[in-house]
Amino acid sequence: MALPVDIEALDKAFSGIGVDEKSLISILTNSNEEHKKSLRKGSSKLFIEDAKGFERSDQFSIKILKHQFKRFRDAVMLSVLHPWERDARLIEKAIRKGPKHYNVIVEMACTRSSDQLLGARKAYHSLFHHSIEEHLVTHIKGRERKLLVALVSAYRFDGPGVNEDVAKSEAQILYEAINNGEKNKLLDHEDAIMILATRSKQHLQALYQHYNQSYDKTLAQDLEGEGILKDTVECLCTPQTYFTRVLEAAVKEDADEESKRALTRVIVTQKEQLVKEGFVPNKIQDILLGLYKDFMLASIASGDIK
Amino acid sequence: MATIDVPEQVSVLADAEALRKACKGWGTDEKAIISVLGHRNAVQRKQIRLAYEDLYQEDLIKRLESELSGDFEKAVYRWILDPADRDAVLANVAIKKLSPDHHVIVEISCTRSPEELLAVRRAYQARYKHSLEEDVAAHTKGDTRKLLVALVSAFRYDGEEINTRVANSEVKILHEAVKDKEFNHEEIIRILSTRSKMQLMATFNRYRDDHGTTITKNLEGDSGDEFLKTLRPTIRCLNDPKKYFEKVLRNSIRRVGTDEDALTRVIVTRAEKDLKDVKELYYKRNSVPLDQAVAKDTTGDYKALLLTLLGKED
Repeated sequence: MALPVDIEALDKAFSGIGVDEKSLISILTNSNEEHKKSLRKGSSKLFIEDAKGFERSDQFSIKILKHQFKRFRDAVMLSVLHPWERDARLIEKAIRKGPKHYNVIVEMACTRSSDQLLGARKAYHSLFHHSIEEHLVTHIKGRERKLLVALVSAYRFDGPGVNEDVAKSEAQILYEAINNGEKNKLLDHEDAIMILATRSKQHLQALYQHYNQSYDKTLAQDLEGEGILKDTVECLCTPQTYFTRVLEAAVKEDADEESKRALTRVIVTQKEQLVKEGFVPNKIQDILLGLYKDFMLASIASGDIK
Repeated sequence: MATIDVPEQVSVLADAEALRKACKGWGTDEKAIISVLGHRNAVQRKQIRLAYEDLYQEDLIKRLESELSGDFEKAVYRWILDPADRDAVLANVAIKKLSPDHHVIVEISCTRSPEELLAVRRAYQARYKHSLEEDVAAHTKGDTRKLLVALVSAFRYDGEEINTRVANSEVKILHEAVKDKEFNHEEIIRILSTRSKMQLMATFNRYRDDHGTTITKNLEGDSGDEFLKTLRPTIRCLNDPKKYFEKVLRNSIRRVGTDEDALTRVIVTRAEKDLKDVKELYYKRNSVPLDQAVAKDTTGDYKALLLTLLGKED
């Protein structure tokens, strides 16, 4: 008979992000058939009583388990691929998977340096025999298309010398677009898209400051609920806020698979930044399990990066 | 094919010295400048600049700028720059005009290879501390702006693959636009700025097969609005760049008062590329060799430089 503590341990081994491999080894290799039978009976998540008298696996839950086992592999792959290929593949996947994933495209286009984004575009040619913008216009018919194409095509200047007057007047243009016009037409607002897609990050950060000073709220706050527009502004102007938000969403109680995958993506691709900012994984470490946890925590440990 | 005539052996040190000699003292020996620079390719010209800087602690370009003047100076300045840097300068000049020269922006973004266009964008940033698309966006409006920004931002796939199904459907879209003169700008911009050049060629060929006439012929005539005026050179450049350059040259010479800017721009930017083919097209079209037409229409050192770049023997 399996002890309640074993049943609990089995459940726990699967109740986080990643799997507790060590725990699984110790439970399962020490179990005989009797033991395993009562483990199955006791596990409400993974097994259901079949009419024909056996504990049948709940395929839905097993499928979800597959994702958990896969996390370590995914982390390794993301970590070892050339950043250009990595980002190109993330973009291609996001295009294929649809609107809920467009924030990944925004993230790739807006948090990478100009040269890294160019590199991803080159890799995309080699891997998929089309340009990113070609795939975007072919697969995305919705109103997000304009913004996404523009963001992905940018080769922003990276340097000082912001014209504060222009930044201020463009803050006003955005303010008016958001507050006077119809908010749901923002994605069609040509000037807004031009500003967000062509200006340097330094310029946009200055614009962000002016917006805050002039209108007593941040541009991000004013874009609350505006999906990829808000993501765009955050990624360009306050990337730490964006990444922190993504990490915290991943460990929430009701986080979906995509949000959890984002955890791997952010930690692996942003690890240098996270280490530099002294990111402390308090909120996330408790929910991580096994080798996956080791990988994630080691990535952002503030040891010297080789 | 290129038209410039570069000798087998070149000593950049000797060249730097010769240029120094040409600039020293009273007056300038323009012929010497032409005879050196007019016979050097981009790599050599760069090495000459470096050698000159090394020897004389002076920027050769600045020196030449101060010694020369007029159309000749403009031409030498453009010729001596790195191709990507040159395109960046040409783009900036075109953008900053009171009434921007959209067709120059189109020309640069559509006739250069994807990698060359990337190099132009980099050079533009280095020079002007803004991105090319930023400046284009700030100086243009409406659908023309959308088209131009899309064209300069494009990084087209450079492979040979063609999708005939796509070509067919895009021919339909283009034809409806051309026929009704009611341009669905979004779709046109999408097609022209994202498809690979091979794919676009397939589309234009298919258009010609389906409609018995080239798409550019169907766009001819009416000056039309700003968008149409920018659309035409776009399609021309993507469809048949050499034919496009022949036309620019023909128009620049024909005008009462030559359009030196256009003449210089085409000759300087194509001399190391395909000016020879353009010359042949010119002769076919006009029954007059290009050299002859240029000689008739220009004078002095400016003329001498252009003819040298056209491959005329000294």
